[in-house]
Amino acid sequence: MNNYILEMKNITKKFPGVLALNDVNFSVKKGEIHCLVGENGAGKSTLMKILSGVYPHGQYEGSIFFDGKQVKFNSIKDSEITGIGIIYQELALVPEMTVYENIMLGHEITKGISIDIHEMIKVVSSLLELVHLKINPTEKIKELGIGQQQLVEIAKALYRKAKLLILDEPTAALNEDDCNNLLNIIRKLKNQGVTCILISHKLKEVLEIGETITVLRDGKTICTLEKGKDEISEQILIKHMVGRSIENIYPERNTKPSEKIILKIKDWNAIDLKKNRKILDNINIEVKEGEIVGLAGLVGSGRTEFARSIFGNPDKFIVSGEIEFKNKSHKFNQPSSAIKAGIAYASEDRKKNGLILVQNVKNNIVITNQKRVSNKIGIVIDEEEILAADTYVKSLKIKTPSILQLVNYLSGGNQQKVSIAKWLFASPSLLILDEPTRGIDVGSKYEIYNIMNDLVSQGMSIIMISSELPEILGMSDRIYVISNGKLAGMLEKKEATQEKIIELATMY
Amino acid sequence: MLINDLQTIVKKNARNYSMFIALVVIMIIFTILSNGNFISSRNIANLINQTGYIAVLATGMTLVIIIRHIDLSVGFLSGFLGAVAAVLLTRFHFPVWLTIISVMIFGGIAGFLTGLPVASLGIPAFVSSLAGWLIYRGALMLITASTGTIIIPNETFNAIGTGYIPDLFYKIKLLPGLHKTTFLIGIITMIIMIISQILSRKRKQRYNFEVLPFSIFIFQLILLSAIMIYITWILSGYNGLSWTFVVMMAVVLLYDFITRKTVFGRHIYAVGGNPEAAELSGINVKKITLFVFISMGILSGLSGILFTARLKSATPQAGTLFELDAIAACYIGGVSAAGGIGSITGSLIGALVYMSLMNGMNLLGTDISLQYVIRGLVLVGAVIFDVASRRRK
Repeated sequence: MNNYILEMKNITKKFPGVLALNDVNFSVKKGEIHCLVGENGAGKSTLMKILSGVYPHGQYEGSIFFDGKQVKFNSIKDSEITGIGIIYQELALVPEMTVYENIMLGHEITKGISIDIHEMIKVVSSLLELVHLKINPTEKIKELGIGQQQLVEIAKALYRKAKLLILDEPTAALNEDDCNNLLNIIRKLKNQGVTCILISHKLKEVLEIGETITVLRDGKTICTLEKGKDEISEQILIKHMVGRSIENIYPERNTKPSEKIILKIKDWNAIDLKKNRKILDNINIEVKEGEIVGLAGLVGSGRTEFARSIFGNPDKFIVSGEIEFKNKSHKFNQPSSAIKAGIAYASEDRKKNGLILVQNVKNNIVITNQKRVSNKIGIVIDEEEILAADTYVKSLKIKTPSILQLVNYLSGGNQQKVSIAKWLFASPSLLILDEPTRGIDVGSKYEIYNIMNDLVSQGMSIIMISSELPEILGMSDRIYVISNGKLAGMLEKKEATQEKIIELATMY
Repeated sequence: MLINDLQTIVKKNARNYSMFIALVVIMIIFTILSNGNFISSRNIANLINQTGYIAVLATGMTLVIIIRHIDLSVGFLSGFLGAVAAVLLTRFHFPVWLTIISVMIFGGIAGFLTGLPVASLGIPAFVSSLAGWLIYRGALMLITASTGTIIIPNETFNAIGTGYIPDLFYKIKLLPGLHKTTFLIGIITMIIMIISQILSRKRKQRYNFEVLPFSIFIFQLILLSAIMIYITWILSGYNGLSWTFVVMMAVVLLYDFITRKTVFGRHIYAVGGNPEAAELSGINVKKITLFVFISMGILSGLSGILFTARLKSATPQAGTLFELDAIAACYIGGVSAAGGIGSITGSLIGALVYMSLMNGMNLLGTDISLQYVIRGLVLVGAVIFDVASRRRK
């Protein structure tokens, strides 16, 4: 009888073209708090999805032992029954339902054929006490703050008799008080015998709470460190996390940015009314003509929100501050006015809000400036439209059988090129690229970097938001780092290192 | 060779041709079952006049469904506006042209009122237009309350729903018994169709786009021409083209042009295909939504005029269930409920399929209860086929 509650042995998971996990070993002792760290894309989420049965048995290689017995999960339900509770960053609660209904969802207590509301509320009350949440079980989820919702999720997992609790970046969206509270609860649960896996980017909190820390990098287990046995510090963790050398996949750029400042953002603030939270706090940045500015930060730090709040603010945040673009002060109330002024924003999620998948390549490209290929009274001129689309398909080397092919059928890399092409068609002076290489293969990445270099050499400015540090380092002239909605610092290309960026990104 | 080509083409474009083929099959079946009565000049003219007001509604509804909304108010709105037209003509003695314009303006305003909460507050169109459904139903009852059915004595107005275009060449002895103007229009349209098909094919080839193999192309041209000649022949054999047909085709051609060839049309499809992406691409989604509902209202007015003129009167029940007939026509015609996909010509064919069923079953004396069941089965069958054929790609 060993004292491991969980052992994952030789786990390998392949996606088409990508080796997400490569012979990973991951063991968790009974009753410990085990932290799992690694860069974005290191394979943490994939590993947890295998553990929770999202990727069922047979879709990966290797074996999983839980409480000493081999388990083969076919669905999330299987892992739940076994005693694994997973809480994702995106909470899985129904906002319009009450706290007790959410906790009991799918496992309602019944009396005869009807549900026993009194018994349910009684059980939930005791669960809420366990997680130190002083709220009424009949309150609706949408009335609660994010921190409280996290605790409801934990209560939900406990109700399902979870022996092993997995928390995927639970503190990413929390303020400091809520963070501390959550960490305390985790400690208390540990004392009651619940084992906990915590995935986090915040190294300070990892050092504070973790008893064992496993570092993943590029789909491999790099090391497992135990508190008291091994030497652990922030520097050591960062070194293990980023340890690879940057391969030379970033093409050289011969041009230098001019000294002319094209965009100046002063004292930029934004409040998200839906989350009732200040998401951007006094941000100041500058972009020069012909410059690639990297915008680094952890997922959820507010980089995308920053870009969108400048680009016409389609999310209707409450914003304050100044935008000075091409020496003129601007207020953009909708994306169209930002586009008119010469700003373009290629979104991070090309399928969700970048492209129109049910339409062809041509229509997707010209959509940003349909009037340019139309006559005065708004009738589309087919010839010009075809010519325009053709030009971009050729210059960006978009691989498609025809410009009439539906975008849905293109590969990820080619879709990304279409979403860049559509913005080039609007002829912007400033292009904001949000995660321009997410989920595409190395070859396409290289081509996109080349396109970016071409554009800045023609005098365009680019703001690149990216979670891949090597990419930020390889492509940017300067790097702004955002941490929890605040500007944590600016690094010149010469001085920037992965360690420095991570340090800044985890500052607040 | 030809057959093999044909098979692959049909397979590839199953969706595009299927409803057209279904229409032809339905017509053939009814023709056989009714001993040829269905395809008689008189009945086809009747079928077209029956389809007119639904096709006009379906045209507007196509755009509404493409942008992922729905408009339930259009049935009673067209009934109500028809009654308004009757009142304007009989009580206020408006000239016909002014009546038509006024009613269409009222329709536009009504569409604006339905669309405004949808576009600016994000109220579900189902709710907003359901409110309209109730309101216009009440308004229709109110306007006809004192008089009951309003009889319209104006022959010019009634001609829109019942009359036919005049035969300018009736003196010519050639082809006796035929409506020569209609025949001439049919021939000219066919020639225009052939020329435009050839030009469009040439243009596609110039840009190296995929075109049908030449043999199939010719086969398709001959088939289409034959069908057009046949329809022309049938229609000329009776009273010729009805004004309803002229109005319906004018609306269909105009909207077909708008959706395929204009910036506005492209923006409608973009909003339907992905509203978030459209907004981020600088399209004013609210404005597009509002315009689509306004256009729906205007077409409801037109539809009301067609129906009222056809009955030569405004009744308290006018417009009942028109909205659902129009919606059914759209779905049968391949408009996707998920948004972003659909065409005006598709919906026209959908409307023809739907109305052919009704007309044919009436002709055969099928029990009304059974008629509803069959219409329901055809609707769900068409949509299942639609979804399945899309998924296979």
